[in-house]
This record gives sequence, C-alpha cells and structure tokens, in this order.
Amino acid sequence: MFVTYLRRELAGRRKQTAIVAIGMALAIALVIIVNAVSSGVQLAQSTVLASVYGVGTDITVSQTPVAPTEGEGGGGPQNFDFGAEDGATADGSTTVNQATLSVERGTTAFDSTALDTVGGIDNVSAAAATLSLSNTTFNGTLPDRSAMTQGEAPTAGEAPTGADGAGGSSFSVDSFTVLGLDPADDAVGPLSAVSLTDGRSLESTDAGANVAVLDASYATTAELIVGDTISLAGTDFTIVGLVTASSADAATASNVYIPLDVAQTLSGLEGQVTDIYVQAASSTDIEQVQADVETALPDSTVKTQADLASSVSGSLSSASDLVKNLGLWLSLIVLAAAFLIAILFTISGVTRRTREFGTLKAIGWSNGRIVRQVAGESLVQGLIGGVVGIAVGLFGILAINLVAPTLTAGAASADVPAGMNGAGGRPGGGFGQAVVEAATSDIVLQVPVTLSVILIAVGLAVLGGLLAGAIGGWRASRLSPSEALRSIA
Amino acid sequence: MYELTNVTKKYDQGKRSVTALNKVTLSIPDGQMVAIQGPTGGGKSTLLQMLGALDRPSTGTVQLGASDLSKLGQGPLGEIRARQIGFVFQGFNLIPTLTAQENVETALAPLGVSAADRTARAAAALASVGLGERGSHLPAELSGGQQQRVAIARALVKEPAVLLADEPTGNLDEQTRDEIMELLEGLWRDRGLTLIVVTHDSAVAKRAQRRLLIKQGVVKEVA
Repeated sequence: MFVTYLRRELAGRRKQTAIVAIGMALAIALVIIVNAVSSGVQLAQSTVLASVYGVGTDITVSQTPVAPTEGEGGGGPQNFDFGAEDGATADGSTTVNQATLSVERGTTAFDSTALDTVGGIDNVSAAAATLSLSNTTFNGTLPDRSAMTQGEAPTAGEAPTGADGAGGSSFSVDSFTVLGLDPADDAVGPLSAVSLTDGRSLESTDAGANVAVLDASYATTAELIVGDTISLAGTDFTIVGLVTASSADAATASNVYIPLDVAQTLSGLEGQVTDIYVQAASSTDIEQVQADVETALPDSTVKTQADLASSVSGSLSSASDLVKNLGLWLSLIVLAAAFLIAILFTISGVTRRTREFGTLKAIGWSNGRIVRQVAGESLVQGLIGGVVGIAVGLFGILAINLVAPTLTAGAASADVPAGMNGAGGRPGGGFGQAVVEAATSDIVLQVPVTLSVILIAVGLAVLGGLLAGAIGGWRASRLSPSEALRSIA
Repeated sequence: MYELTNVTKKYDQGKRSVTALNKVTLSIPDGQMVAIQGPTGGGKSTLLQMLGALDRPSTGTVQLGASDLSKLGQGPLGEIRARQIGFVFQGFNLIPTLTAQENVETALAPLGVSAADRTARAAAALASVGLGERGSHLPAELSGGQQQRVAIARALVKEPAVLLADEPTGNLDEQTRDEIMELLEGLWRDRGLTLIVVTHDSAVAKRAQRRLLIKQGVVKEVA
C-alpha cells in the first residue's frame, strides 16, 4: 500500500513533485560543482606548492629575517670589491669579472643544528635542510682613465674612448638561484617533487663533489646540457642531471641544485641552512609538530601547507577566493532555499490534503503510518532532485573540464620562505632581480569528480527530503481526525 | 452495543464555550438501523464523532461493547476505528490519486492484511456494491453515486460491526439517493450491521427502524 500510494501521489501531483525536485536538483548541482571546483583549485595549488616544496612536505621552517645592523651585509645587496690590480688590462681598458654566492635577499641563514632539533620532535617522520642561495656574476669593462686628463672633456668631433665606445663603462650582472641540499636526504624537500629528464639526480656519494643538477627550463635558456660545466662563485661544477617539475604546469624550486656541504663552503656559510622541510607522521599531527617546532625554535617562522597555500597568488588565488567565498555562500543559500521550498510545499500539501489525512485516520490509519507516507513522498522527491542534481552537476564539471580554463599561479610573497622566492628565478635578470620576482605558472584547471562529492549530493538529497518529510509528517500527525473532517464538512 | 451516559461535549470558541452535546444518554443495540436528524449546528456530527471514536466527550462515557471510548488514547481508538467501525461521508472522501480498488484497500492497510488478500477482499467489496468492473477507475472518472458506492465498499471491506453514515445521500440526486439507501439497507440486513445514518432528508430517515432528533445538543426519540 505504501509504495502504491507513494507512486500514485507523486505521479498525481506532478507539478509539486517537479518544483521540489528541480529546486533540490539545482541546489545539489551547485554544491557538486562548487565542491569539485574547490577540489580542482586545491589540486592546482598543491601542484604549485609541491613543485616548490616537494611532495609530502607538511611544514617548512625558516628564520625570521632581521634588519641588518650597521656594517652587516645581511640579506642585502651583494658587494663586489675590486682591488687596484684586479682585472685583465688590454688596450688601456680593464676587464673585471667576479661572482658571488650568497644567501638570497629576504632570507636568513641559521645554524643547521636546528635540523637535529626538528628531527627529534615527536611525530616528525622526515626532515631535510636546504641552503637557498643566489649566484650573481658581475662582468664589466672599465675605460682607460689614464688617457683622460682630469676635467678634460672630449672635444667636438673626437671619438670618446672606452669599452662601450661612448667613453663610459660596460657592465652586466647575471643572477640565478642555487639550492644546496643533502643528496642523501631525498624523502622530503624540493627534489622529491621533480622528474628527472636527463642524466641523474644527486646521490649520497655526491657529498663534497662539485656536481650540479639543473632545472631543465633554465638549462635550455642558458644552453647547457648534461656533461657541461656551470660556474658558481668562480668554481666549475659538472652538470650531472636535468630535472623538471612533476607537473608540466609548474616550475621547480631553483635553477641549480648542488650538494649542501659544497654550497655552505662556497658561500662561506659553514654549518648554516635557510630552510628545513618537515614531514609529519600523519596529517593529524601537523598542528602538534608546528607548535613543538615553534617552541623549540622560537626565532623561526613555521608554516604549514595551509599557510603556504595562501601564498599562491594570481588568478588561481582569485579562483580559490571566489570558490571559498562566493561559491560556498551561494551554494549554501541555494541549498537553504531548496530545503525551504521542499518544506513549504510539503506543509502546503499536508494542508491541502487535510480531508485525505482526516479520512485515513477515521478508517484507522495510525499517526506513524501517515508520517511515514508523507516522509516517504518527500524523501523520494528529494532523491529525484538528487539524481537530477548529480547529472546536472556532472554535466557542469564536464563542461568546465572541456573548457579547461587556464589560471596563472604566482608562488611568491614577502612571507614565504626563500625556497619559494627562488622558484623559477629568471636567469640573466638584473642585479638581485631573480630573488624577488614571483614565479608564475599557467595551470589548467581540471575539476575532479570524487566519490565523496557524489556521496555529499546523495546525503543532501536524503537530508532535504527527510527534513521536509519530518516537518510535513509532524503537521499531518497533529491533525485531529474529528477536526480534519469537521473542517471540510 | 452502544451505551452513552450523560455525554457532554463542549468546544471553546475564543472566550466562548459552545455545548454541542448536553448530557446525552442513549442506548443503541447491535444490529439496529438508526437515523439521526436535526437542524444544522444541533450536534448531529458531534454525536457521530463520539459514536465513531473520532473524539472523546468532555464528560460522560461512551461504551462500545466492552470498550469505554471516553477513556481510551488515540492509539486504541484508532485500532477500534480500524477494526469495528466503518465510515461513509457526505463528500465520499475518496483519495483522488488512488483507483477505486486502491481506495478500498486503504481500509485494510492498518489491519496487516497481505497484499494478495487485500486485493481479493477489495475486489469482492467492490463487486458487492456493483462496481466490480470499475476497480481501475480514479474517483474523478466515476459518478457521484459510484463514488459513494466505492466509499461504502471501503467502509465494509473490513467487515465492521458498526457503519456510520454522515449524510450519505446529501450530494446525490433522488434516484441515486434511493439506490444508495437500498444498497445500505441491503448490506445492513445481510450483515447484521449496526447502521447509524445522520441525515437531513426525512425520506431517508423514514427508512430507519428508529429515529432520533437532536436539537441544541439534546437527543429525543421520534415516534
């Protein structure tokens, strides 16, 4: 009887069934799309972050930068000091060339014993330290000043002397990022997220060796291949491998990767590191590990993936904000409206069917039987809305994936650790430029369909139906049979 | 057998209290056909609701067989309605989305009758009121007289001891009225029912063994 009655009611009151189902379907479709887009945006953010921080990095530790005291270089601009006899002289002009390997601007090195401290904290499953550096090469030619009389200016028609032919000097500054890391520690950190495209990666036997792995994009720009050498602070390194980000959409953390001990020696930062990458035993331990690290290293800046996600900028960030704010609220409002429509229609239906329920009670139907009937009808209406909503939602996701919108992601800000700043730093940029420019990547937004999204949709449909049914059923159960029959007499 | 003793029913209408039944004492033996007449607002429907276990008196007792309806809760009252009392309404009160057969089956749903038995009994009930071929029709596809026959089949399918009819011919023309009354009388005789009919129509009332007049909540026998 229950099924027959339910089927007849839904078929006999098609308009109400359609309105409730459509309202529910729209709300559920919106929730599905917003949820799926949110997942897609998170995946894109993870891709950007993983390419910089490595797979499995839960927490990064860096030193809070401090303003340099007078006379300290700190993280400020590099100095190039040339003595009177420096440079090669030819034709009266002097050519000077000097390279420095120093900590990136905005980054502070700290004692590497912090790695042991972090490694000893409970629920830390892996930790690796890196030294984030910038290799800056100064190259220039000075004119023959001795040939010029003090205060004398070139006379009219006289060609000025000097390397540039204009009587001045010619200088170029080349800069690229260098990351020193422990070759034996590849479980966590920037190299854990890269793919090898040629040669080999750094190995534990490379400690102390002048070998380097290059970002494939940088190598192409600099016209370098495996087997060539690259000069870092005047020392030649053999290129043993080329790597690229695991996702074709993202850049790697640095232009050049070398063994940590070599980086420390060349930069004069023995026993110093700039970043520690930490992997927690489980996601539930991240908060505890973060708190313990902050306690153990009070001067440090400790960031989780959630903090890092906020550092992603560009249209990807805008999309994330849009999904989190407008999308979330819009879906909640539409969902609430759909639930309200379902409830109001159910109550209205119960009111309209007063005679029907009064009659059923008069012939002996219990309140429970009537509540079950009303709730069953609402539940099926909700489920019809759920099925349609899932179909519309999946169609929406398909449409987004077919359109495949491209989002740009910038992965740098003043707050992020040095490794982030160097991501994809441009070779050949101006002095210091490479270390402050944000890395930008184009990410094609791919919206995933997950079982959880479908389950959420079904759950919402059931919830909406049961809510409307419970309220409608409660109204029906409160009808007194005598009053119900009297009201229509 | 019904035994009503000093039954009073009052309704609150705002600050006013309306007495619908005033100290009614009445006995109706099993198998009797009773007609209840009276002006509108005189208390006919209220009395029928007391007899039908749809409502409880403010004071007094309503005894149906061994059960005191004035003291039972909603659950037991529903059980008595489901098993012992059949209702026929002036407006037929069929469920518009269910077929004639399904409408009759609704009376068997609370009794836990199996689906097959339910179908068979409903079909037999429809046949007994002359609508054996109309089981698949919706109420809107039937005439008023046919709809009332379906309602009578629904009331009788559970084989009740009492049949309460509230203006059963109020919406019907004279010819159909007579057909319905003949049907009810035939069923009453054949099944030994207690048949209580509330009516404005003297022609209908005259068919009953016993006639009651109710005015301002007070019941009097009509000679």
